Amino acid sequence: MQSFDFSQDYFNLFGLSRCYRLDSTGLEVQFRALQAQVHPDKSAHLSDALQRIAMQRSTQVNEAYQTLKSPIRRARYLLSLQGVDTQEETNTVMPVDFLMAQMDLREAVEAALRAQDISALDKQAAQLKADTRKLEAELAEQIDTLQNYQAAAGLVRKLRFMEKLAEEIASAYDELDN
Amino acid sequence: MALLQISEPGLSTAPHQHRLAVGIDLGTTNSLVATVRNGISVVLNDENGRAMLPSVVRYATEVVVGEVAQAAQSDDPVNTIVSVKRFMGRSLTDVGDTSRLPYRFVDTGSMLQLRTVAGVKSPVEVSAEILKVLRLRAEESLGGELVGAVITVPAYFDDAQRQATKDAAKLAGINVLRLLNEPTAAAIAYGLDNASEGVYAVYDLGGGTFDISILRLSRGVFEVLSANGDSALGGDDFDQRIHCWLLEKNQLSVLSPQNTRLLLTLARSAKEQLTEHVEARITAVLSSGEIIDNVLSRADFQEMSTNLIQRTLQLMRRALRDAKLGVDEVKGVVMVGGATRMPQVQHAVGEFFGQTPLTNLDPDKVVALGAAIQANLLAGNQSRDDWLLLDVIPLSLGLETMGGLVEKIIPRNSTIPTARAQEFTTYKDGQTAMSLHVLQGERELVSDCRSLAKFELRGIPPMVAGAARIRVTFQVDADGLLNVAAREMASGVEAAIVVKPSYGLSDAEITRMLQDSTQHAQDDMQARAHREQQTEANQLLDAVQNALDQDGSLLSEVQHAEIESRMSALKETLVLTDHLTIKRAVTALNDATVSFAQARMDKSVKRVLSGMNISDLEIK
Repeated sequence: MQSFDFSQDYFNLFGLSRCYRLDSTGLEVQFRALQAQVHPDKSAHLSDALQRIAMQRSTQVNEAYQTLKSPIRRARYLLSLQGVDTQEETNTVMPVDFLMAQMDLREAVEAALRAQDISALDKQAAQLKADTRKLEAELAEQIDTLQNYQAAAGLVRKLRFMEKLAEEIASAYDELDN
Repeated sequence: MALLQISEPGLSTAPHQHRLAVGIDLGTTNSLVATVRNGISVVLNDENGRAMLPSVVRYATEVVVGEVAQAAQSDDPVNTIVSVKRFMGRSLTDVGDTSRLPYRFVDTGSMLQLRTVAGVKSPVEVSAEILKVLRLRAEESLGGELVGAVITVPAYFDDAQRQATKDAAKLAGINVLRLLNEPTAAAIAYGLDNASEGVYAVYDLGGGTFDISILRLSRGVFEVLSANGDSALGGDDFDQRIHCWLLEKNQLSVLSPQNTRLLLTLARSAKEQLTEHVEARITAVLSSGEIIDNVLSRADFQEMSTNLIQRTLQLMRRALRDAKLGVDEVKGVVMVGGATRMPQVQHAVGEFFGQTPLTNLDPDKVVALGAAIQANLLAGNQSRDDWLLLDVIPLSLGLETMGGLVEKIIPRNSTIPTARAQEFTTYKDGQTAMSLHVLQGERELVSDCRSLAKFELRGIPPMVAGAARIRVTFQVDADGLLNVAAREMASGVEAAIVVKPSYGLSDAEITRMLQDSTQHAQDDMQARAHREQQTEANQLLDAVQNALDQDGSLLSEVQHAEIESRMSALKETLVLTDHLTIKRAVTALNDATVSFAQARMDKSVKRVLSGMNISDLEIK
């Protein structure tokens, strides 16, 4: 009996080539086409066993999609396929200038929160977004062009820092709302 | 139940009859049932032509539901339960100030209960009474038994509230095809009517709950980007504001349950009058003989409800931030729920989005109409490859870690179904058990989140601290319900739970309630079960035959023969009267076809992939 291997790599699942630069429209189109086949809503009238299979398949498709859609998760995943651990929890050595810049941003966010200044917060959010885009472009270069996976792992660690800061900005917005 | 049907787009799945399925909006104030008839979603009325069933249950010599119960609420407030949805999956502490509620609460430590003249009742049982009336209405109106129902829940309902709703349906003898989020149901009804494309916001202010969902609609795909809300904010709170104003105006303090109910009813009708009129007069004679006679202006009412509306707008801003969208990217705003009729609500929402909200579908009916459309699809009456609903879980799920902190495992707004595993370790040498505390919410502290369940993984082989690897897996299904499993990786010791102990009912409790409610109707149940089994068996036989005709080549000869023999075995049981024998044969055939169905699903997945014309595709 032929069967489709859902454990194969996520890029294959979506019919995409294995690189960081991504055809996001293609990803989305393929995601929807796959879910249209495996989503539990399609087998709600069938036996419990089949509903369970559908749930597992649909879960896998969701997981694969979320992994490829998010720039940081995609990078982490690509590196793991290369056998490279990004060491985000263990390796905390960071370039001093990067750390300084991060601390400045963080202080600016705290100041905006203290002053209840939404426009200052907007400014920091925009700055962070621009910085993140720049890092992602570097990441594409390191992974796709130079195949320098160790350098890429360093960039992922930086991106993780920025992701945490983005979370802090989001909760600052929530706090200003209250 | 039938073998998985995979057919070309647009083809019906199998040549069987129309399966009766309904959508049920189990509301705080009113409940409705709808179905798809001749391709159109319609609300089913009662014998008096009324669509809305007041969600009111009175326990007297018999159980009364709806208008009649509502009429008695001022006379018999203690035994007449209104807005029971607010108590679903909630403890007494969750409900907070109960001094203005006329009930006799029983504090169980978990889900609260209500002491009535007919005994102590759980909110699940009260809700089941409402659902039973709707089920009977549907079965009479459609002339047959239901295959199942889609029941709507507020998008912001947590696991305990969802589970309680599903339990209530079970108790009412309803097979739940899906729990569907109310704003999503409304979007379905609107999306189909307007052939809409783009980002839409659904603002759903019901009797007792508020939801905001941001969705992207495109070519039959409904993708929820974010959901937010407050499951304890609704039209009832506006009534309460008027009620407090009345107390203050008349310098009243503690009222009897009767008087409280009387004033709340009057407050509600004043609120409704202010939709059309600029002022409303409230007159009443309290049981003490005291006379109430006040005039409330629309301006005063707006003033006293400003905070409530501001709260909804605040949640809206959060939902937009979570969806990473600005106000200007929202193409349309759909208004749902009776409370959105209030002019101040429409005005505030219109101002927030800079556009007039959509109100062309009846805000009281739109949720039931959308649920019926989904029920029709889920029952297998229509197979549409272009139809897809991607919903999210509204609140993050996590585990307690050291120091009373919550570690998030599944973040809010994750598309469901979803699963996530996380590894933990022991912190003491020789530790052989680990307790797991499952929580839901956004806050960092355990005490600020909702406790869903506590369970223990025992029998971990003694190791040095940090050596054991305990993998905890969270799986959220398409109903938004959580299952948790834990496994020690080295020894394979396992523990799994369906998350319900903390706030839900145990299976034993449900079984007892089912027995209580059916002991007088045993014979009916038997006959019904037999008919259901026969229908199911016939549908399964049709479906398997169909599948064999289309894809028999996927099977080996042995597999083919096995399926054929179980089919004949099932056919033989159909002449028997014992439904359990039929059921066993159905299960046997189902079991034999699982891998066949899986192969067919994979075949269709491959078809999708090959349709993409991507050359470097590797299919094993």
